[in-house]
Amino acid sequence: MNPMTIDILAFGIAKDILGGTITQMEFSPGMKVSHLKKQLTDQYPDFQKLASLRIAVNSEYQEDDFVLNAKDEIAIIPPVAGG
Amino acid sequence: MMKHIELSEETLDLAKCMAMVEDEYVGGVVTFVGTVRNHSQGQSVVRLEFEAYAKMAISEMDKIATKALEQFEIEHIIIHHRVGSLAIKEIPVIIVAAAAHRKAAFQACEYAIDTLKETVPIWKKEYFENGSHWVSAHP
Repeated sequence: MNPMTIDILAFGIAKDILGGTITQMEFSPGMKVSHLKKQLTDQYPDFQKLASLRIAVNSEYQEDDFVLNAKDEIAIIPPVAGG
Repeated sequence: MMKHIELSEETLDLAKCMAMVEDEYVGGVVTFVGTVRNHSQGQSVVRLEFEAYAKMAISEMDKIATKALEQFEIEHIIIHHRVGSLAIKEIPVIIVAAAAHRKAAFQACEYAIDTLKETVPIWKKEYFENGSHWVSAHP
């Protein structure tokens, strides 16, 4: 069986690092935000160079211990610069 | 009390915002208008591009407005942000805070723009004569 995957939305510089607005990442039940961040930085070391890296789940910022659900809308939030 | 949030591809309009907060009870209106400047860290900027995670940007701006109404003695708050390509002197952001007394309006306006810059998922790319970069991406 193929591993489960989830779609990850990317914006700003994260889009440039991943090469697109949607990227599929490996997903396993019980996976936390911290696991996703580790997968991202392992596969794309350029994420380590950013000033910050936050994850939003269903349009809310979530901390490292937040458990992801396969149906969540997950987005990578690189350093914001509105205004 | 009124709050109004907008994420727009169209030119932002300060006069429209001022008309929205007209109110007999209001004694002071503080506005912050961000404008695109032609230089950044010694380089000439040609234009800016703003990208947003639209639905989250709107919900984060709404949180800021809600908190400003709770925290400060203001009557109305407006937060409008532009997306897309902006030329020099164009307006990426307008904040309007209206209150019975000026101090609360100043505080709310400053709180709103400072918090927007920290939490609202909007990204800015500066374009120079020869190249571009995402603002604040790297330490």
